[in-house]
Amino acid sequence: MKAISVLLCLTLLMGCAQPAKDASTSTEAATPEGGGQSSVNDDVSQMDVVKIAVNSKDHTTLVAALKAAEYVDALSNAGPFTVFAPTNAAFDKLPKGTVETLTQPENKDKLRTILEYHVFVGVLTENMIRDGMTLNQVSLDNVTLHNQGGKLSVNNANILGSARGSNGIVYIIDEVLLPPDKK
Amino acid sequence: MEKKTVYSLMVVVALIATVSLLQMCKPQAPSSVTGGDAAIKAYVPPGKYDEFYNIVSGGFNGQMSVYGLPSGRLFRIIPVFSQFPENGWGYSEETKPMLNTSHGFIPWDDLHHIALSTTKGEHDGRWAFGNANNTPRVARVDLKTFKTVEILELPNSGGNHSSPFITENTEYVVAGTRFSVPVGDKTDVPISTFKENFKGYISFISVDPANGKMKIAFQLKTPGVSFDLSRAGKGPSHGWFFFSCYNTEQAYTLLEVNASQKDKDFIMAVNWKKAEEYIAAGKGQKVKTKYAHNTWDESTHTGVSNIMDEVLQLDPAELKDIIYFIPCPKSPHGCDTDPTGEYIVGSGKLAALIPVFSFTKIQQAIANKEFEGEFAGIPVIKYEAALHGEVKKPGLGPLHTEFDANGNAYTSFFVSSEIVKWNVKSLQVLDRVPTYYSIGHLSVPGGPTTKPHGKYVVAYNKITKDRYLPTGPELTQSAQLYDISGDKMKLILDFPTTGEPHYAESIPASLIMPNSTKIYKLEENKHPYAALGESNAKVERKGNQVHVYMTAIRSHLTPDNIEGVKLGDEVYFHITNLEQDWDVPHGFAVKGAANAEILIMPGETCTLKWKPLSTGVFPFYCTDFCSALHQEMQGYIRISAPGSNVPLKFSTGKIEEAVAGAAQ
Repeated sequence: MKAISVLLCLTLLMGCAQPAKDASTSTEAATPEGGGQSSVNDDVSQMDVVKIAVNSKDHTTLVAALKAAEYVDALSNAGPFTVFAPTNAAFDKLPKGTVETLTQPENKDKLRTILEYHVFVGVLTENMIRDGMTLNQVSLDNVTLHNQGGKLSVNNANILGSARGSNGIVYIIDEVLLPPDKK
Repeated sequence: MEKKTVYSLMVVVALIATVSLLQMCKPQAPSSVTGGDAAIKAYVPPGKYDEFYNIVSGGFNGQMSVYGLPSGRLFRIIPVFSQFPENGWGYSEETKPMLNTSHGFIPWDDLHHIALSTTKGEHDGRWAFGNANNTPRVARVDLKTFKTVEILELPNSGGNHSSPFITENTEYVVAGTRFSVPVGDKTDVPISTFKENFKGYISFISVDPANGKMKIAFQLKTPGVSFDLSRAGKGPSHGWFFFSCYNTEQAYTLLEVNASQKDKDFIMAVNWKKAEEYIAAGKGQKVKTKYAHNTWDESTHTGVSNIMDEVLQLDPAELKDIIYFIPCPKSPHGCDTDPTGEYIVGSGKLAALIPVFSFTKIQQAIANKEFEGEFAGIPVIKYEAALHGEVKKPGLGPLHTEFDANGNAYTSFFVSSEIVKWNVKSLQVLDRVPTYYSIGHLSVPGGPTTKPHGKYVVAYNKITKDRYLPTGPELTQSAQLYDISGDKMKLILDFPTTGEPHYAESIPASLIMPNSTKIYKLEENKHPYAALGESNAKVERKGNQVHVYMTAIRSHLTPDNIEGVKLGDEVYFHITNLEQDWDVPHGFAVKGAANAEILIMPGETCTLKWKPLSTGVFPFYCTDFCSALHQEMQGYIRISAPGSNVPLKFSTGKIEEAVAGAAQ
């Protein structure tokens, strides 16, 4: 993120009609962390699953967690994804301080595992959800889906709604899904 | 929360910057990531040669393409499975048989993978093999002429994806089906009887070491799963072959969900030396089937298609010790053997770890019968018993792994769009670089051999988006070249590629360049319709077929005036290029040709069939700029009414008296 801002600022300062010499200066100034697919300028295409979360005022904690885990670009890529997106209120149900601890750099792997438990590679639309079906998530753990008379839930979380993105589907849920303890 | 505020600020700054940029200037470069010395590393000065040939699959274009590394310059597109109007491949009479199959003439395919021939596990620069994923075939390209010289169809296969990977001395090229299908006498069955009736077949194609000629040596009848990719063992594991399998759920609908139910699928280990023993002991079963075998004869410059009717099959469910399954998380895609032959890397494309299996441990597990059970009659080795170890949290969606000569592996990650370098023995992640965007295959020069050349890794990406100037909804494909000579990988070049590259290999130029054919010798031209000299040019009528034995040399065609051809005739222009000079092809095109033009290499004879649809005089000409008088290299053919009495005649340079009347 920082690199992008710096690069953009540099580009701005140098103006647009840069000759080749300036371009090489700017490449030298850039860090090896280039912008991933999330930094492609495109306001015409359908929003991807990350942009859906970013544009939701109820998912700021999730977005912050995705950024801390450096998963923003991954979820902007081709996918396809089914993302279970806990709301801010869902994160608030966790013991106090949990989110702050998880977003510390030293806990990145742990945070990643939790986020991976919220993502299935494949698009599972509502009409495909059968009661009791399992999905093996990116973390390699299973979640169980429920469909009781059209009322959808995943593990112990209720599915509050869904949004279709360009690279997948987002299900808004009211609990954070915690992967089973493997110890 | 302070962190959050900082982030928000940055986002705001970035947004403002972005918006301003958008308003100020239209063509905006994507974020650049190269180091300052990148340009010099990828730069090949004018007139200098690249260090490597990069032979790249063309995916849906059905071709191979040839680039130079490190420049990324495109040298050639080699037509393989798809017609190529640019030079007449699949349109000329000589090349049409090369695209014949048991389904008739198939003018296209989907070429995914390249295998360069090896001797003792090292590149020998002789042939490049390519697979047809759609109508299952394997092709062989001669690296002296860069021409497709053989195409072998594979019976009992639904789609040849797990191919054309090769053994250490190119003893075999393998072909595993991506789609299991019902075969034999019982093919008209309900799709829902998948488990009962669908089978996967693996073909082992032997390659004649003297001339490269392919033959289906045997097929293994395997359970109905999807075979994705494969690699041969090498060194200590020579004699074995490893295949990744997915859809072990045996789903036949909505595989997006139903084929990723299990947390583990399989790597299938095949002891092909054992299969050879069974065949020698007469355990093979000859089965009737139908497939095409097409070969190119360089002396007649002509392809011949033969329909074959039998293959030899072995059933590993009965012949127990040919194959074993090893559990592998999760829908494994790449299945790559390291240069020592000891380690087999399975890349579960939906997994967030990479299991590395040990050949020694696999052998021990088999000897000690450490099996967790059977799958469709085949023993399944216990995961832990075969496992060397796992690379933990390497990235998301590992696909393929290549190797350098220093014990390091380079794995592509589609979902997280990056290349990760890790040490094969220690399983430690050493470095990671992003790719732009969504990498599929990757290639290190010599990466699949026993002696990798290292130096570079090329990313073949699936998504291009903003990497180049936009060209509407469809963009060129994007490859990226990374320097891997240091500890850290460094992006040094983006280069666009044609078709959709899947796998590619790179080989030192020194192994190819000295052997490259410059001309075909005229005295070796045994084409039945060759005119080896202008004095042999002629026009012959055989019923309604008119055969024109034509020559081309700077800068005229002989004959260039042809009369006496009638509507309803089929005209065969057999053009012999009399040039014996490197890089002087001639082209041939005639007005109204419904197929293509043709390019004729020096010393070669090619035939274009043309059926005139109206009377009149039709020009023909050379389409490949050959000399200062290229524009003069032309002629006319007169087409008369069916009952006309115009005599058949032909000439070049003959000035006739002008005659009145159109009926002459």
